[in-house]
Amino acid sequence: MISFTLNGRKTDVDVPPEMPLLWVLRDVLHLTGTKFGCGMALCGACTVHLEGSPLRSCLTPVSVVEGKAVTTIEGLAPKENPHPCQRAWSELSVPQCGYCQSGQIMSAAALLETKPTPTDEDIDTAMSGNICRCGTYPRIRAAIHRAAELKNGGTP
Amino acid sequence: MKLNRRALLKAGAALGGGLAVGVWVLDLERGKGTPELFAPNAFIRVPAKGPIRVVVGRVEMGQGTSTATAMLVAEELEVDPLSLEIELATADRAYDNAALGFQLTGGSTSTSTSWEPLREAGAATRELLKEAAASKWKVDRSELTVKNGVITHAGSNRSGAYGEFVEAAASLTIRAPELKTKDFQVIGKPLRRVDAVSKTNGTAVFGIDVQVPQALVAVIVRCPTIGGTVKSFDSSKALAMAGVKHVVQVPQGVAVVAQTYWHARQGAQAVTVEWNEPASPFDSSTLRDAHRALLKQPPTQNARNDGAAADVLSKATQKISAEYFAPFLAHAPMEPQNATAHVTPGRCEIWAPTQGPAQAREIASRITGLPLDAIVLHQTLLGGGFGRRIGQDYVAEAVEVSRAIEGPVKVVWSREDDMRHSFYRPSATHALEAALDGGAVAAWHHRVVTQSVFLSVMDSFVGGLTAEAPEKIRTKTAEFAKSVVPSRDITSYEGADSVAYALPNVRVDFHQHEPNVPTGFWRSVGHSHTAFATESFIDECAWALGKDPLEFRRGLLAGKTRHLSCLELVAKHSGWGTPLEEGRARGVAVHECFGSVAAAVLEVSVTDGAIRVHRAVMSADCGRLVNPDIVRSQLESACLFGLSAAMKQRITFEKGRVQQSNFHDFAPLRMNEAPRIETFMVESTNDPSGIGEPGVPVMAPALANAVYALTKKRLRTLPLSMEEGA
Repeated sequence: MISFTLNGRKTDVDVPPEMPLLWVLRDVLHLTGTKFGCGMALCGACTVHLEGSPLRSCLTPVSVVEGKAVTTIEGLAPKENPHPCQRAWSELSVPQCGYCQSGQIMSAAALLETKPTPTDEDIDTAMSGNICRCGTYPRIRAAIHRAAELKNGGTP
Repeated sequence: MKLNRRALLKAGAALGGGLAVGVWVLDLERGKGTPELFAPNAFIRVPAKGPIRVVVGRVEMGQGTSTATAMLVAEELEVDPLSLEIELATADRAYDNAALGFQLTGGSTSTSTSWEPLREAGAATRELLKEAAASKWKVDRSELTVKNGVITHAGSNRSGAYGEFVEAAASLTIRAPELKTKDFQVIGKPLRRVDAVSKTNGTAVFGIDVQVPQALVAVIVRCPTIGGTVKSFDSSKALAMAGVKHVVQVPQGVAVVAQTYWHARQGAQAVTVEWNEPASPFDSSTLRDAHRALLKQPPTQNARNDGAAADVLSKATQKISAEYFAPFLAHAPMEPQNATAHVTPGRCEIWAPTQGPAQAREIASRITGLPLDAIVLHQTLLGGGFGRRIGQDYVAEAVEVSRAIEGPVKVVWSREDDMRHSFYRPSATHALEAALDGGAVAAWHHRVVTQSVFLSVMDSFVGGLTAEAPEKIRTKTAEFAKSVVPSRDITSYEGADSVAYALPNVRVDFHQHEPNVPTGFWRSVGHSHTAFATESFIDECAWALGKDPLEFRRGLLAGKTRHLSCLELVAKHSGWGTPLEEGRARGVAVHECFGSVAAAVLEVSVTDGAIRVHRAVMSADCGRLVNPDIVRSQLESACLFGLSAAMKQRITFEKGRVQQSNFHDFAPLRMNEAPRIETFMVESTNDPSGIGEPGVPVMAPALANAVYALTKKRLRTLPLSMEEGA
């Protein structure tokens, strides 16, 4: 039995310790917002937060998160009060197919925790591990700047 | 209600003109309504209480079709598009694509084929509800107004929401109302995407997210060599593993079925398979020689012959020639292929992220032997399509596995499966020759060697078109199509035959090469490689004649106002002709496809052999813009999709095996490599034309042209590398 905190709630799962967190989330707990893209930590679609830091869940054995706090896209913010990234993403119509966007938002949200007003270079560094095949990068960049503004008390 | 609409379809457009197909009239017949739910047509559901639903007949793969659908309906229904609930259509001939003849999302046709029908559906629904109100209030319908779904009779100060009239409206008949031609309230506005919220909070359901009770997960061990089949396999170790429930042979390989994807994948690694390998597997090392050998043979088809190109070229004193090469390409959408199926003795239910629901249903019917109406297909969102999901292999697999294990199952591919077992954009060699005389191009000969896409997809396409026909007719049609269409496959040379420049003598030839690689439609299809050749070679002609590449193009485009407008926009906004910082240069390209024209100017540098694009200025004329913001996003998308291919991507085969496997060796551009993108739209009141694909073809030639302007090295092999020829 592996115990960890998932989106603020204590969670126990009876799975092999080497099972990747991604598949525990998706196929055991049925939290499907976190996506499978490459299985090799190359694309970032599976990004979650471990104690607030971005983590590629596709290659992380679930045993690694034992006793720790994991946040997925579903737990990033309450639906009635979305995270500034979610608001900015929607406002700027960032998603196209949308498949990579959970991972993009989790990476961006973690960036804003360490750099409240990131530069373009900060964004490049933090986001270059997340692939988008629809080419939403220009809008992701704009949305991160907008989210920073919203987070820092800018006009909603 | 029965609207006598004119037939929308042009038969055979999708099949290269080689095959006559049935004409399907999109008939706005009454849907399946109840007293509480008014379903006047295939697209609109008005309940007595609660939000109005619109049914999206095309699939949503990121191109924004659900937003466009909501907007087109809302414009005439007089409601807030964001108040509409979106429902994805099932497989049903009511949703046939008017441009293609069956239900398929592709060819950049979603908005152009929805433009009239959806507005008509909205207008007819509005008028029926108004008629019901008029009859209840005993006034004339013409005295009623509608705003935000509320019908008002100003004269008697009465009003009521649509829902109040749904029961009465269901039994009425009216004449088809006129559609607005101006003063649009919704169309033309940059509405935010209707799917933006669900795609930012994890609630959007893609195929891979479908949860069917009791469903197991299957992965398939496939022969690494294209075309190989299972000879024998040993499943004993896998079956002994925790979580593994079944190991079964299916036509595509050996399916390992388990509790979760991870258990299935672990099990798959424990299965040993002996394969029947194909006798002479394709090897990329032989490709260019094979293409060049074919160039020495007569063409499979002469696609265009205006004037006397061969004669002029044979007598010309000044000639230039060039050979361009485009590799096989995978689509690599972010969501790996997957499908869920539940086959029971009398029914087959499928949940799939597919661009071709009609083909999916027909294939499921073929596999199970069940009639079409026993096949229920649920569409999901697509995590990218780009043409890949016109293929139905993953659907076939889910149906096969479900049938074998007699229970519901979700088949999920790995990224490696997707990279190595795709329907690839064909590889192509283009040989061009031009006669130059008196400062102008006197003749132009373009020879294309490539593979037919239609040969690969023919069975599935004919299946989708003729699904309801008797077995014998379907088989005969498929046989006939296969014998006629591939050698005349327009997707092999489209864009080459339609080169827009006013050239006096033009000949275009197609040489068919069939190396047994599965091929498919890849965003912009033939244009993705033909435009690389035409737009690079016209640039070479300009340089050879000592002319500015953009001015040279303009001079050959007299009367082509859409091309000229696109060029004008990119010239103006890129600062064409003005000085750049040291070490940078610009390149231009313009191309027409899918009813639209697009142009690009790229600003590049080359440092230590590394090409970098700093700025992309894009323009397009795609008629009237239903949602200008989504149109722009499609150009941004096309820019990065096209540049990823132009700079990084190729699929190669070694002894029949794809050598690439994941995003490290088939790499899309990442954020730190993406240029600044600016998009400019040509203002137009023409009906909408395509925009999902038209931005892609110009990227590779604009890049090669910019690199040449900077370095005077002409790169002719994709993906572009400064090491070419070294």
